[in-house]
Amino acid sequence: MEAGIFTRIAQLCRAREERLSERWRALVSASLGGRVPETQVDKEQREILDVLLTALALGAGRDIEAEPYAELRALLMELSRSRAQQGFSPRETAISVFALKGAVLDVFDQDGDAEAFREFVAFSQLIDELALLTFETYARAREEVISSQAEQLLELATPVVKVWDGVLALPLVGTLGSARAQVVMEKLLQTLVDTGSEHAIIDITGVPAVDTQVAQHLLKTVMAARLMGAECIISGIRPQIAQTIVALGIEFGDIATKGTLADALVLAISRTGVSVGGDLTKRGR
Amino acid sequence: MTRRELPINDDGDVVRVRQLVRSVAVDARLSLVEQTKLVTAASELARNTLTYGGGGAATVEHITNGTKSGVRAIFRDKGPGIADLDLALTDGYTSGKGLGLGLGGARRLVDEFSVESSPGSGTTVTVTKWAR
Ligand SMILES: Nc1ncnc2c1ncn2[C@@H]1O[C@H](COP(=O)(O)OP(=O)(O)O)[C@@H](O)[C@H]1O
Ligand SMILES: [Mg+2]
Repeated sequence: MEAGIFTRIAQLCRAREERLSERWRALVSASLGGRVPETQVDKEQREILDVLLTALALGAGRDIEAEPYAELRALLMELSRSRAQQGFSPRETAISVFALKGAVLDVFDQDGDAEAFREFVAFSQLIDELALLTFETYARAREEVISSQAEQLLELATPVVKVWDGVLALPLVGTLGSARAQVVMEKLLQTLVDTGSEHAIIDITGVPAVDTQVAQHLLKTVMAARLMGAECIISGIRPQIAQTIVALGIEFGDIATKGTLADALVLAISRTGVSVGGDLTKRGR
Repeated sequence: MTRRELPINDDGDVVRVRQLVRSVAVDARLSLVEQTKLVTAASELARNTLTYGGGGAATVEHITNGTKSGVRAIFRDKGPGIADLDLALTDGYTSGKGLGLGLGGARRLVDEFSVESSPGSGTTVTVTKWAR
């Protein structure tokens, strides 16, 4: 049985807990470069050290998945998650944990305890495992942050605005994947109904590339709007996008396209039956 | 020179391939029009790799030939392969629900285009675009 091999090192550490905490904090603070307040680092690390030593004293072995380490794992995962959200790299977070080894070594070294060194090798492997745990958690936490940002962007990037009586505008920004295209289409169609508008401008100035999938989504949206009695204009087709669309062989048929949102607006308003004065046309983009 | 490989197993991967191609195209000093054409071709080919090839990988590389600078992108899958390449390249032909313009369109958007495919052993499409 491996359990219990760390009880001795736990006792030695407990006896030197204060110095150990201080040393560990000093090592970590240096690597975090002041981006986390020292008081917070101190508090986090005292808690981790206490929970670790408690688990070791209870006879926890080298398996960090074992029950006695449950609380420690939770603490480390929490630490990793909050560091991920603060934008620290996984390396920086793992280094915080690895630094405990350095702190233990430094303190034992001062005291010249030979026996402690023998146990230290096994202890060192345990710390490695714990540091790797923060690494994994970090990767997962970052993914969560990124996908939630992507979803927020999805929402933010589909603002359907009423620009004129009976005219909606939908400025698209970013890459238009299938998921977003669906959201965009639904939002536009719903807003057409809600506002009783008969004209919509889909502005693609902010779309970096129009491939056949994006084009197909645009075509479907325009067709669906037509079925509801509304007419769309596609605007913001920049020169490089126009050339690409031509090379791909995409045909927008009788769908009106305009270079700028302003031009599209002039066309949409004229379609609503209001004559547009020169002022609007000269206002540019 | 820089040579990077990315997996193509979902929609997000297609976006990442596109971003990688864009950044290598910038490094290779392609003009904005050339970048956009290449990125669009890459988008078509990566999506085919995903949709018809059942997933695969892309390799993107900044290449030079004498004083010329360009980008080469290779799309590989181990899917069913393309039985009739002429038909697949025909504008408007799709065996799925697309516009059928991806493969032929990609060929028109780049400077060099080649397809290696045989039924049962997957498909490899290689494209190159040079900076003018
Ligand atoms: N990697 C591939 N593996 C197998 N078949 C392919 C592959 N790429 C393209 N194809 C075939 O070629 C056809 C035409 O492709 P494409 O021009 O991109 O049009 P679309 O994607 O709209 O179907 C596809 O419908 C498919 O049958
Ligand atoms: Mg295709």
